[in-house]
Amino acid sequence: MRVTLNGQSRDVAKGLSLADVVAQLTDAPRGIAVALNAAVVPRGNWAATTLADDDRIEVLTAVQGG
Amino acid sequence: MDDPFVLAGETFTSRLVMGTGGVSSLEVLDAALEASGAELTTVAMRRVDPGTRGSILDVITHRGVRVLPNTAGCYTAGDAVLTAQLAREAMDTNWIKLEVIADEHTLLPDAVELLDAAEKLVDDGFVVLPYTNDDPVLAHRLEQVGCAAVMPLGAPIGSGLGIRNPHNIDLIVENAGVPVILDAGIGTASDAALAMELGCDAVLIASAITRAQVPALMAEAMRKAVEAGRLAARAGRIPVRRYARASSPAEGTVGSAS
Repeated sequence: MRVTLNGQSRDVAKGLSLADVVAQLTDAPRGIAVALNAAVVPRGNWAATTLADDDRIEVLTAVQGG
Repeated sequence: MDDPFVLAGETFTSRLVMGTGGVSSLEVLDAALEASGAELTTVAMRRVDPGTRGSILDVITHRGVRVLPNTAGCYTAGDAVLTAQLAREAMDTNWIKLEVIADEHTLLPDAVELLDAAEKLVDDGFVVLPYTNDDPVLAHRLEQVGCAAVMPLGAPIGSGLGIRNPHNIDLIVENAGVPVILDAGIGTASDAALAMELGCDAVLIASAITRAQVPALMAEAMRKAVEAGRLAARAGRIPVRRYARASSPAEGTVGSAS
């Protein structure tokens, strides 16, 4: 199945959760937020959220900025 | 506290808000934050880069400084609202420095998108601190939709051009019922002092500190300039006169008639 993760298209296994995808990118315990198809998914719901074909996932964190 | 700065019900001692954009390393940021005395500092939200080492949040929270996420880089109200919601989730704060810019060359705020985003974010429970043009009318509209402060620019972001239209800043201050934070355009300490002398409640400075040759030294200069400007504003300056007015007594000079 194909999803778009932080703007990049990639193949992922069926049944993958948001928590699995985030863990592939970062192990930061805090300061991370996730949007699925342009809607915020609270951290507590990552594990229970299963990805579907064509999902768009954004994983953001804080960086330096004015 | 003699002269506290109250913003959205929170009390601060420092009237210098530091932006972290432009720092060369986390060590430089740490030293500049300490020297600035800032109690509030901005961060941006970006896609996670798996190669990044060290977290800017660790440096900021270790200093006991409050984090103010921004929506820098957003061109539409929709993107700004989603970025603000992501920031709230990531950093557990409902405060947001709202930026909605029009183009990458001037980085000037897009007034229409800005007002739209401000209204939506206020409705969604955010404490909205909008980066705005030095336009008294727009500042008033932002206040009307419920923004907790207005943050007019002195000049374009990172330009260091200083306060190009002091009269407009003066008008914004005069009409504002919420704190006015001069944001963007500061180049050096005298610009920050002028902002405070004009009656601004605080100044937000990033590039002028982070891109100075010695950031920590400039941070200290800005801290003192903001303090000096604030004191001067409270003290009440003398009126400007066209001709001299002697400060020494006019009577009793040598050779004068008694």
